[in-house]
Amino acid sequence: MAQIPASSVQNNSHVLETHDLRAYYRMRYFGIDREVRAVDGVSMHVRKNEVYGVAGESSCGKTTFIKAIAAAIRPPLEIVAGHVNYSFIKGDLYAMPAAERSAIRWRHLSYILQGSMNVLNPVRRIHKTFEDFAFRHMNLGRAEFDQAVKHHLERLRLPAEILRAYPHELSGGMRQRVCIALATLCKPEFIIADEPTTALDVVVQKDVLAMIRETQSEFGSSMIFVTHDLTVHANVTDRLGIMYAGRLVEEGRTADVFANPMHPYTAHLIASLPKIGDTQSRNALSGSPPNLADAPKGCRFHPRCPLAMEICRHENPALTTLAEDHRVACFAASTKVQPANDEGSGEAKTLEMAR
Amino acid sequence: MIAVFRDLFRYNGEFAIGFMIMVIILGIAVASFFSPYEPIDSYLVALDAPPSTEYVFGTNSRGQDIFWQLTFAIRNTLAFGFIVALISRILSLAIGLVSGYVGGAVDRILMSINDTFIVIPLFPLLVLLYFVLRDDMTWFVLALVMAGLGWAYDARLIRSVMISLRTREFTNTSVFSGMSMPRIVTQEHLPYVLPIVFSTFMNNMNWSIGLEVTLAVLGFTDVDTPTIGGMIFWANQHSAMVSGIWWWYFFPTLFVTLTFIGLFLLSISMNEYIDPRSRLDRMGNS
Amino acid sequence: MTAPLLHLDSLTKLYKRGGLFGREEFRAVDNVSFHIHDKEPQVFTIIGESGSGKTTLARMVLNMIRPTTGTIFFKGQDLASIRSGGARRRFMKEVQPIFQNPFEAFNPLKRVDRYLYMTAKNFTDAHSPAQLDAAADAALNKVGLSIGEVRGRFPHELSGGQLQRVAIARALIPGPSMIVADEPVSMVDASLRMSIVNLFRTLRDDLKVSIIYITHDLATAYYVSDRIIIMRKGEVVESGLARVVLENPQHEYSRLLKSAVLSPDPRGQGVLIGDSAASQQARASPHRQTINSQS
Repeated sequence: MAQIPASSVQNNSHVLETHDLRAYYRMRYFGIDREVRAVDGVSMHVRKNEVYGVAGESSCGKTTFIKAIAAAIRPPLEIVAGHVNYSFIKGDLYAMPAAERSAIRWRHLSYILQGSMNVLNPVRRIHKTFEDFAFRHMNLGRAEFDQAVKHHLERLRLPAEILRAYPHELSGGMRQRVCIALATLCKPEFIIADEPTTALDVVVQKDVLAMIRETQSEFGSSMIFVTHDLTVHANVTDRLGIMYAGRLVEEGRTADVFANPMHPYTAHLIASLPKIGDTQSRNALSGSPPNLADAPKGCRFHPRCPLAMEICRHENPALTTLAEDHRVACFAASTKVQPANDEGSGEAKTLEMAR
Repeated sequence: MIAVFRDLFRYNGEFAIGFMIMVIILGIAVASFFSPYEPIDSYLVALDAPPSTEYVFGTNSRGQDIFWQLTFAIRNTLAFGFIVALISRILSLAIGLVSGYVGGAVDRILMSINDTFIVIPLFPLLVLLYFVLRDDMTWFVLALVMAGLGWAYDARLIRSVMISLRTREFTNTSVFSGMSMPRIVTQEHLPYVLPIVFSTFMNNMNWSIGLEVTLAVLGFTDVDTPTIGGMIFWANQHSAMVSGIWWWYFFPTLFVTLTFIGLFLLSISMNEYIDPRSRLDRMGNS
Repeated sequence: MTAPLLHLDSLTKLYKRGGLFGREEFRAVDNVSFHIHDKEPQVFTIIGESGSGKTTLARMVLNMIRPTTGTIFFKGQDLASIRSGGARRRFMKEVQPIFQNPFEAFNPLKRVDRYLYMTAKNFTDAHSPAQLDAAADAALNKVGLSIGEVRGRFPHELSGGQLQRVAIARALIPGPSMIVADEPVSMVDASLRMSIVNLFRTLRDDLKVSIIYITHDLATAYYVSDRIIIMRKGEVVESGLARVVLENPQHEYSRLLKSAVLSPDPRGQGVLIGDSAASQQARASPHRQTINSQS
């Protein structure tokens, strides 16, 4: 394994770095062992003041990846290898004492989740929920805290009356806006947004997305934005990582990924997006995503890949920089483009050794 | 089925202990068929002998060998619990399935009857029945009465499971596959309901045995049929505690307690095993 | 003149919400009329957001619930006149559903092939195991699967896209003239979604099945539909040819819906900034903005 220095992130323009992160579910039911490699060697970073999108289908490991970087690991999920570093903590996230880890939550690291009802306590008024989450972290007196909350809502252009409401009295879109206000109250350096608009109607979705983006740029937070919906990524994220079967297969600036997708999986996903005004027939990909308890050898996409070669069946392609700020894990793409530099080869070695 | 049993025995401590306790209890019940004495005969052996090699559990003041007496008592008590549980399960299954699947007016009528049974105070009612029926109150009649009173909670449970199953999409798929209602209920829904029936079976046996023992100790049952409660009743009648014949109390109490524990452990271990979520996870492995 | 395939005549469904004090009426579907002619098969799309009544409408068309007022005619027959088991079965032979969640469409404790065999047994002449197998295989071939991939499998052993195709195959076995698909792709993975939508085109063109496609997704609706209606709070706000309506919506709500659809072309960093209703409102009334900045 490559030695990672234990002092925060390596590059000080990064807020989050993960190095060869592996998180597996290990289960035992009545004597049968099962290992699901939900996140299998993900190395990426999020820069300051950027929205990093993670796209992928169901059970591609994106939710597990979020759990791993948010330190929300509970059995049977285990961190098997790798590091998670944030700019605001010393050393590895998992080397921290549990008490310190929970102290950074909400203050430095907060979440916007899909089911806002699960975040907002249904039997408490909204202002009580604000107190429950943030009062401890703000180190303010009661009156000052109330003032800060009101001021924050004004900045986000939410009416102050919602503080007196119960969650069920608000619409789904308004609840999600309240969750965004809650997540940004302490002005955290890093926000994790997990499918924040998936349960919302189209009309509301666009508005909530705009609010997320406005809030993020106003407070200068960095953000990981996870959704399966590529059109949302196209409109919200600065850089985009595509996950397939527990691995990052392509990563680059969102505009570059859409304009020039290099991994066949990404290329297919983008080509299959229907558009109003375009009835051109779109082909579907055959096969289906693999079961992670029994993933295919080599490149995990090879059984569905139109470009599959012999090497793909045996070896796992490393994420290689093929263009400026654009990394792809595909042998077929690598042979087409000469690697811009040798940055990816170190990672390739670690991946091979772990195999 | 055998594989399920083997897995449970190997990987579930509660099941292993509960199962072994119940094997011992059943072994004792079966031994009653080889008893040298008739259960109601008295003054056959020396009176008030403490446990010894000749009389393992001692003898009582009525000249009965407590070990052999206990074999009959356990057999009758278990049979009692089994019959109550069996009849009440059939009732709760039928009422719960119909009420949950058909819904509407049928559901409202059945559930209002159901709720009446839930709120009836059982103990005073059983004592009252004993005073009315007196000698006609054999243990079998008591079993029928208790079965008729013990179905209501679980019928409601089964109904609620049925209501949620009815709204699942696979029920609609079954309807549009041309299956009839009885077929959907028995083939699609019963696999979800039967585990509840099994695990409540044990709980219901425990409940009925407990109530029977209570009634018997107080003398409100047919004391001529030896049951565990009946044995304690006779020990009370002979002031066994005052005379220091502790073994007359000790062994019936010990074995009824073991029966409770055994049934309880079986019930909770099965509950865990048949939980649909863990069942699906296990299916994912096979 | 022949009767249309489906004719809905001022259909209304009321739900009573029981409160402790008085009951409140809620119009899930409000006076909806449309018809699907039988000249040629078509994909008829119902667009609506949550609470628009589109699922209630679908359930009435499938004769799973009865309308409060109004009538549904399928090939000239009033659905309210279907009472006996035999009539119900004849109706199901003609109209089959596809549901939203493919993982829920089959009993997780049962094998998937069972539903194919059951449908074949109840709606076709097939009776022997070999005939049933052949009927299931023929239907699966139409959706790009074969019985070998499905036989003996439990739902959790198949992917969402496969399950949804099995569900479509099951619906095809009786040889229906109409399929009602309620949000059939919203729970299917992105890489498999187009395979389902493409399948609808094939069913319409090759098998001559009309499809009622219920969705909230305007992009796939545009891709696959012939005619659409747009629903809002139980009412139809706009209807017509799909391409015409979606390219140039007339009703205010249809326009709002279309404007909310995100384009899949990336527009670079921060395109949505200043796009939220609140910030537009703030821009429109600068007076309020100054109050905000003062406090």
